[in-house]
Amino acid sequence: MRMIAGRLLSLLPVLFGLCVLSFTLLATVPGDPVTAMLGLEADPAAIATLRARYALDQPLPLRFLAWFWQVLQGDLGRSIQTGRPVLGMIGAALLPTLQLALAALLVSLAIAIPAGVVAATRRNGAADFMVSLVALCGLSLPSFWLGILLIMGFSIALPVLPSSGHVPFLAHPWEALRHLVLPAVTLGAAMAAATMRMTRAAMIEILSADYVRTARAKGLPPRRVVWRHALRNALMPVVTLVGLQLGQLMGGVVVTESVFSWPGIGKLTVDAIFARDFPVVQGTILVTATLFVLINLVTDLLYTLLDPRLRGRS
Amino acid sequence: MSAVAMRPGLWRRLLRDPRAMLGLALVALAVLAALLVPLLPLPGPEAPDFMATLSPPSAAHLLGTDDLGRDTLSRILSGARVSLLVGVASVGAALLLGGTIGLLAGFLGGWVDGVLMRCMDVLLAFPGILLALGITASLGASLTNTVIAIAAVNLPVLARVARGQAMALRGLDYVHAQRALGFGSMTILWRAILPNALSPILVQASVLLASSIITESYLSFLGLGVQPPTPSWGNMLRDAIGFLDQAPWLAWFPGLAIFLTVLGFNLLGDGVRDRLDPRD
Repeated sequence: MRMIAGRLLSLLPVLFGLCVLSFTLLATVPGDPVTAMLGLEADPAAIATLRARYALDQPLPLRFLAWFWQVLQGDLGRSIQTGRPVLGMIGAALLPTLQLALAALLVSLAIAIPAGVVAATRRNGAADFMVSLVALCGLSLPSFWLGILLIMGFSIALPVLPSSGHVPFLAHPWEALRHLVLPAVTLGAAMAAATMRMTRAAMIEILSADYVRTARAKGLPPRRVVWRHALRNALMPVVTLVGLQLGQLMGGVVVTESVFSWPGIGKLTVDAIFARDFPVVQGTILVTATLFVLINLVTDLLYTLLDPRLRGRS
Repeated sequence: MSAVAMRPGLWRRLLRDPRAMLGLALVALAVLAALLVPLLPLPGPEAPDFMATLSPPSAAHLLGTDDLGRDTLSRILSGARVSLLVGVASVGAALLLGGTIGLLAGFLGGWVDGVLMRCMDVLLAFPGILLALGITASLGASLTNTVIAIAAVNLPVLARVARGQAMALRGLDYVHAQRALGFGSMTILWRAILPNALSPILVQASVLLASSIITESYLSFLGLGVQPPTPSWGNMLRDAIGFLDQAPWLAWFPGLAIFLTVLGFNLLGDGVRDRLDPRD
C-alpha cells in the first residue's frame, strides 16, 4: 500500500508539468485565435467579448492559473469551432479509440505470442529465422504505410473490407467488425513485432531454467512443458512490455485514425490542430498524456503484484 | 562514432555480421541517394510535366509520375535528403542537449539532478508522436520545427542514458583520484566522465535515428511536418492517398523508401548493440 501511495505522490509533479507544458505549447501560438475564428472584419465588440471569454486579454501566468483551476474541476473549456464542451467531445471520441486499441492489442497478442514461442522452441532454425525477420520488418514498417497497403489490397483491388469510417458496435455488430479489421491489423502489427521479440527472448531464457529441465526429466509431454510451464513465467516481461505498448498505442492511434477516418481521439487532435481549435488540442493532449502516464503506472504496479520477488525490493 | 569505433575489433566484428552489413548497405544507399541526386540525369523533384500526369512506371519515368507530372524517382531521392537531414539533425541536437543535461544531473546529483530529471520525466510522459504534434502545432509546420519537435522527443531518452552512465562512473576510483588531485567538477566531467560515458549514449542515439525518421514521416503524412512542394516521403504518401486506385505506385515507392531506410538503421543499430554487449 505504501508503495502505491508513494508512486501516486511522485506522479503529481509530472501531472502538473503535463498541465504546464500542454498549456504553454498552445497558449504561445503566434496569431490571434479570435481573429482566426471571426475573420479580420469582425465586429470589435464581438472580438472583445470572445477575448474576455477565453481570458485572452490577461497575462500568461494568470491565464494558466485560471485554466488550471478549471482543469482541476474537470472543465477543459469549450471548442472554439463548435462551442461544445471539450471534455464531452473527448468523451465521445474516447470510446472508438478504446475499441480500436483493444482490438489492436488482441490482434498483436494473437500473432506475437504463438510466433514468439515457436521461434524460441526452434531456436536458430528456419522458423526462428522467419519470425525474427518478420519482427524486424514489422519494427521498420511505418504503420500508416501498412494501413495504405491494406486499403489498396482489401478495399480497392479485392473490395471485401471498408477503407474508412466507424459503425457503432451495438447498432450493427457485423458492420462494426468489418470496419474494425483493417485499422486494428494496422495498429496491432506494429505492436506484434516488439511483443514477438520479447516473448522469444523470455522463452529462451525460461526454457533453460532448472524447473523446465525437471519437468522434462519427469516425462511431461514437451508441448505441455512449453505451453503450460514455461510460457506462464515467460509472460512476465511480456505483460510489462504490452502495458508500456498500450501507452504507446495512445500515440499510434493518431496516425492510424487519420488514415482510416476513425472518429477517435487521435483524429480529433489532428483535426483540431488544422482548425486551430486550441482548447480542443490542449484538452486532447492533456487527456491522452494523462492516460499514458496512468497506464504506465498501472503496468508498473501490476508487474510488482505479479512477481512476488519484486515486492520486498521496493 | 569515434569512441565506439575506437574499441578494438568492433568494425572487424561488425563486418562479419551479415545483418549489420545489410543494414550498412541500406543506410549507405540512402546516404548516396541524398548526396548524388543533383548529379543524376533526372527531372527536378519540383518540376511539373503536365503532358505526363499520373503516368505509370516507364522508361521515361522509372517510378512513374504524380498528379502534377513530377518524377517520382527524383522526388524519392530528394526525400532521402529530407529524411536523413531531419533524422541526423534531431538526434544530434538531442545528443548535445540531452547528453549535457544527463551528465550534469548524474554527476552533480542532489537538487540539480532532481530538477533536471523531473523536467525530462514530463517530456517522457507524452507519447512521442503527441509531443511532436503539440510542438509543431505550436511553432507551425516547417522543416526546422520538425527537427525541433523530434529533438524534443529524443531529448529525455538520451538524457536518461547519459545520467545513468554518469552516476555509475562518478563512484569509481579513478574519479575519486581526480578529485583528490584537486581537479574541479567540470574538468572531471569533461576529462574523466564524458569519454567513458560516450559509447552507450552513441548506441542509443543510433537506435533513435530509425524512430526519428519514422516520426518525421508521420508528421509529414499528417501535414504537420515538411511542407510541399519540398518532397518528403511522408508528404508524398499524404498526396498519394487521393490516387490509390488510379496511381498505386505513388503509395508503393515512398513507403518502401521509408521501410528500407529504417530497416537499415535498425539492422545496423542491432548489430552495434550486440557487438558492444560484453556477453557477446
